[in-house]
Amino acid sequence: MNMKRYFKDARADLLTYAGVIIAFLVISAMKGNGMLNRSQTGLLVPICCYIVMAVSLNLTVGILGDLSLGHAGFMSVGAFSGVITAMGLMNVIPSAPMRLALAMVVGALCAAIVGFLVGIPVLRLNGDYLAIVTLAFGEIIKELITCLIVGVDSKGLHVIFNVNGSKTANDLTLLDGGRIIIKGAQGATGTKTIATFTAGFILIMITLVIVQNLVRSRHGRAIMAVRDNRIAADSVGIPVTKYKMMAFVTSASLAGAAGALFGLNYSNLAAAKFDFNTSILVLVFVVLGGLGNIWGSIIATVILYILPEALRGFSTYRMLIYAIVLIVVMLTTNNPILKNYFASLRSKFGKNSEKEASAS
Amino acid sequence: MKKSLALILALTLVFALAAPAAFADGTFKIGGQGPLTGGAAIYGNAVMNAAQIAVDEINASDSAIKFEFQAQDDEADSGDKAINAYNTLMDWGMQILLGPVTSGSGITVAAQAYDERTFLLTPSGSSVDLIADKDNAFQVCFTDPNQGIASADYFADNFAGAKVAVIYRNDDAYSQGIRDTFVKEAEAKGVSVVYEGTFTDATSTDFNVQLTAARDAGADLLFLPIYYTPASVILQQANQMGYKPTFFGVDGMDGILTVENFDTSLAEGVYLLTPFSADAEDARTQAFVAEYQKRYGEIPNQFAADGYDAVYIIKAALEAANCTPDMSPADICEAVIPVMTTLKVDGVTGEGMTWAATGEVSKAPMAIVIKDGAYVTP
Repeated sequence: MNMKRYFKDARADLLTYAGVIIAFLVISAMKGNGMLNRSQTGLLVPICCYIVMAVSLNLTVGILGDLSLGHAGFMSVGAFSGVITAMGLMNVIPSAPMRLALAMVVGALCAAIVGFLVGIPVLRLNGDYLAIVTLAFGEIIKELITCLIVGVDSKGLHVIFNVNGSKTANDLTLLDGGRIIIKGAQGATGTKTIATFTAGFILIMITLVIVQNLVRSRHGRAIMAVRDNRIAADSVGIPVTKYKMMAFVTSASLAGAAGALFGLNYSNLAAAKFDFNTSILVLVFVVLGGLGNIWGSIIATVILYILPEALRGFSTYRMLIYAIVLIVVMLTTNNPILKNYFASLRSKFGKNSEKEASAS
Repeated sequence: MKKSLALILALTLVFALAAPAAFADGTFKIGGQGPLTGGAAIYGNAVMNAAQIAVDEINASDSAIKFEFQAQDDEADSGDKAINAYNTLMDWGMQILLGPVTSGSGITVAAQAYDERTFLLTPSGSSVDLIADKDNAFQVCFTDPNQGIASADYFADNFAGAKVAVIYRNDDAYSQGIRDTFVKEAEAKGVSVVYEGTFTDATSTDFNVQLTAARDAGADLLFLPIYYTPASVILQQANQMGYKPTFFGVDGMDGILTVENFDTSLAEGVYLLTPFSADAEDARTQAFVAEYQKRYGEIPNQFAADGYDAVYIIKAALEAANCTPDMSPADICEAVIPVMTTLKVDGVTGEGMTWAATGEVSKAPMAIVIKDGAYVTP
């Protein structure tokens, strides 16, 4: 690695941070001055969550080069462990930001553990096989959480694992003043919403620091070597499974943190929300933004999440138009003429980082 | 630099489309929220179509209260999309929420509306969780427990000695809620429940396991507190295996005759509990059904009837509370809550509907049976 390239990468990373910080400041200022209406304000936290989801999935799909279709499963683990943490500690830790931070840490840890367990069988596979198995694990996680019934009272946490569907929240036998946190398939109900846009911003920054530094490090280069040629990487002594696991678990834990933030933004959240469709939605963000392109993931997430809301004027044709826009955008961003045009623009401004060139 | 600029520009553009919330003069703004696209769209569209009819009728009449109505799609999502739809309506200047149509979205939105003091009347969100501990949320339809209790009572009176099997969807607050109270009431009334089978949204295409188990348990009455789409699959598969119990559904069964590619002769003899029958003789129902058919070319279902009644209930409540269109949503909410318990409204889903402070409606449920492709009273 020569010094010139090092500075280029560093500059691209710094620009990413600067862009996100400026966007946060601008939006915060607009919010403070009442320039955002309710629906726009309401979109801020989910956008932050989905940005973290997209960036972390990009680590698996773009940097590691393994197609994962179960990313929503990790988000789900993070969401429900986060909600249990925040609701369970309500009387112990009165400060909402503290509980939120702790919930996100617990969410990240739980998702990392699940990611590790899932990774053991999954990462032995390659390509399509790996994609199918991650899909299956995503569904398994959803079904398992559907069986959970959790409540808390002065004695502590009560958990029932409702496998055959015969138990209900009444079987928790909570004492007076106890609270039901998760009602099986109906998900978390009555959650106190403590997620904030600032927390979302901080989470995005942490995600960027982790992902960008991982990519630029020795480990990151090893991970990309595994992506580019597994056999060659293996032959020069890179422990393939270790690096695959590193990227996969990091990705899962970030998704868990995003899930915790998401779960604490809504008073009611069912496990069914984190199904296959959500995994695909995040994958669409990543693919549209460009595999391996962190910046692209962020912008694609913002645009594609806002789009269905912006199309409300079309009433019932809204989702149809959303799909058409998606197809058109995918076609045009892959158009060679447009690609060359953007490449020439980039070289004009002398900003063509090799990262993007290799990713496209 | 270019990219960061592009992001900021994109964000600014999107967020600059902000429209300030404005309160109309002279008309109340009612927002409708429900699934207008996706698998549950039939419910949302039925409610919104019928609500539009009611709004047009009121605006054409000499009533002092006039309405403006807007419907937003929540895709029956219980998370971010439900809140997005609600926020969009609030930006529009909504003063009263007619909805959400489905329980899942309803629980999410009702919690938010409670914090912000927006009055909401759900036409068909029947979960108890929707109205629990929220003084601002009222229902037009029965709560799930009421349907469970009414069904168990009906069995005790009309099917004495029957062996009952229940198949319900346990990832659905609606289905689970009815099942819970049904089983409790059945025990109290001495109705014998011999089998309980569950399924989820993902497994709602094959019921052979549950049906075989129900038959092996000797059940001759199958209670289906579920929506009609999975119920149609159950009817088909039971028919294929030659299992012929009496089927009994609740209000979600309403619509079974409209399922595409479904042999409606299989639904002959199916009982269901519903507050609305399009064949009813009274003038109000006849006029509503005729108008709905004229506009949308189909017989209104029970969801439509609930939506139609909801608009008239809102009107009655606003009149009783002496609300004026220039009042804020929170002021209307505080004014309307105390009068809701004093109202008595006649609608197409029941005569003399009254409300408890909890938000539950009180009206007589009615069991009907399907005969020759039509609803008749048994």
